[in-house]
Amino acid sequence: MKQTGTELVKRGMAEMQKGGVIMDVINAEQAKIAEAAGAVAVMALERVPSDIRKAGGVARMADPRIVEEVMGAVSIPVMAKARIGHIVEARVLEAMGVDYIDESEVLTPADEEYHLLKSDYTVPFVCGCRDLGEAARRIGEGASMLRTKGEPGTGNIVEAVRHIRKVNAQVRKVVGMTEDELMTEAKLLGAPFELLREIKRIGRLPVVNFAAGGVATPADAALMMELGADGVFVGSGIFKSENPEKFARAIVEATTHYKDYKIIADISKELGVPMKGIDIAQLSLNERMQERGW
Amino acid sequence: MKKIGILALQGAVREHVQMLEALSCEAVLVKHVKDLAELDALILPGGESTTMRKLLNRYELLAPISVLAQQGLPMFGTCAGLILLAKEVIDYEPHLGVMDVVVARNSYGRQVDSFEIKLDIPAIGDAISAVFIRAPHIVSVGKGIEILAQYDGKIVLARDGHLLGCSFHPELTTDSRILEYFVTSMV
Repeated sequence: MKQTGTELVKRGMAEMQKGGVIMDVINAEQAKIAEAAGAVAVMALERVPSDIRKAGGVARMADPRIVEEVMGAVSIPVMAKARIGHIVEARVLEAMGVDYIDESEVLTPADEEYHLLKSDYTVPFVCGCRDLGEAARRIGEGASMLRTKGEPGTGNIVEAVRHIRKVNAQVRKVVGMTEDELMTEAKLLGAPFELLREIKRIGRLPVVNFAAGGVATPADAALMMELGADGVFVGSGIFKSENPEKFARAIVEATTHYKDYKIIADISKELGVPMKGIDIAQLSLNERMQERGW
Repeated sequence: MKKIGILALQGAVREHVQMLEALSCEAVLVKHVKDLAELDALILPGGESTTMRKLLNRYELLAPISVLAQQGLPMFGTCAGLILLAKEVIDYEPHLGVMDVVVARNSYGRQVDSFEIKLDIPAIGDAISAVFIRAPHIVSVGKGIEILAQYDGKIVLARDGHLLGCSFHPELTTDSRILEYFVTSMV
């Protein structure tokens, strides 16, 4: 019997994106540039994260017309963002046939207490995480894919590095634990016990984990792959750079050939100016998007 | 031990490696032309065919892989891999263009329409798990092409001599019978 929206079908979609780059775009023209550069998917947005920072105010789901325009422009999968806990934004995006929803801290949360029950939906979800506890809670709610939160819209890789190292170190710790130590670890991490047992059994997270939040150069993308990311999201890094076509292509190639440093040197030559970065220390706590969600 | 390459530009590479190793084969990741040397077979995994095509072009892999296919190297393409193999892709230019089938991309709709089923495949076995993710299908086949499986009136698994292509993702499940068929009766 034909079954849609199963865990295998939803997680499998993310498995197909591995080793690839997912790019933020705000219209059909950018989506086509991303596809031509070799993006495995695009994220349709009204504004890229660095512009969301600048604009301030409440950031919401994109105008459905923009999402529709992007879906009509490319043959690769299209993702879109809903606010944390915003059931209706998520249902609207699902009804539009978006291929993946990002329950994203880049937008202003709609619910400061509860995330979406993502297992209830046919469409798969990706969520941000800073550590294994957060990763496991999101998987527990039904996320089919994870990404580091990093610090969106900064062009500064430092937070994404912190988050991927933390998650992977905690996964290694769980894998090395004995069975009788897992319940205490579950309590300390605030993570579902059964999920820790699964991680111990299979030796890794049960869903793919991409890098996100600060990737600005080909070397940044390769660094995240080196640290164990399954793929890369690039938000402002492409269309806020001087030459989006070249940056997009170079980041795709650096992600595939992340251990081939001669290739990375070659593709990094004369790329032009990357997006202007922000020192994380200059952000006040309430300007840090990664603090949204729990 | 059979040495089997997996095109490793992007996509479900890890799953194929694990399944091949479980079948006592040596898995070799193929990212450059030099990695194609001395292979007994090549697997083209699931992923995004447009992305793989860009990288095949940029790293000059397209022609060498086509030549190997024409020389008789066994190849197995799953989902995006089937699209890469096909002689004709509806609305798009073909990629390797070596397998005598016409393929349509995204034949079942968007991700919300992706699904899993159990397929009975007479040449291979019953109730084989098949996961279709934004899957293509085979619209028509050339002369002498063996149609191995159909679902809902669409061809989803076919064999053109030494080339095997399927719409779905055997690598996402724990059911290795299709890969085993490829490795034992085609390689």
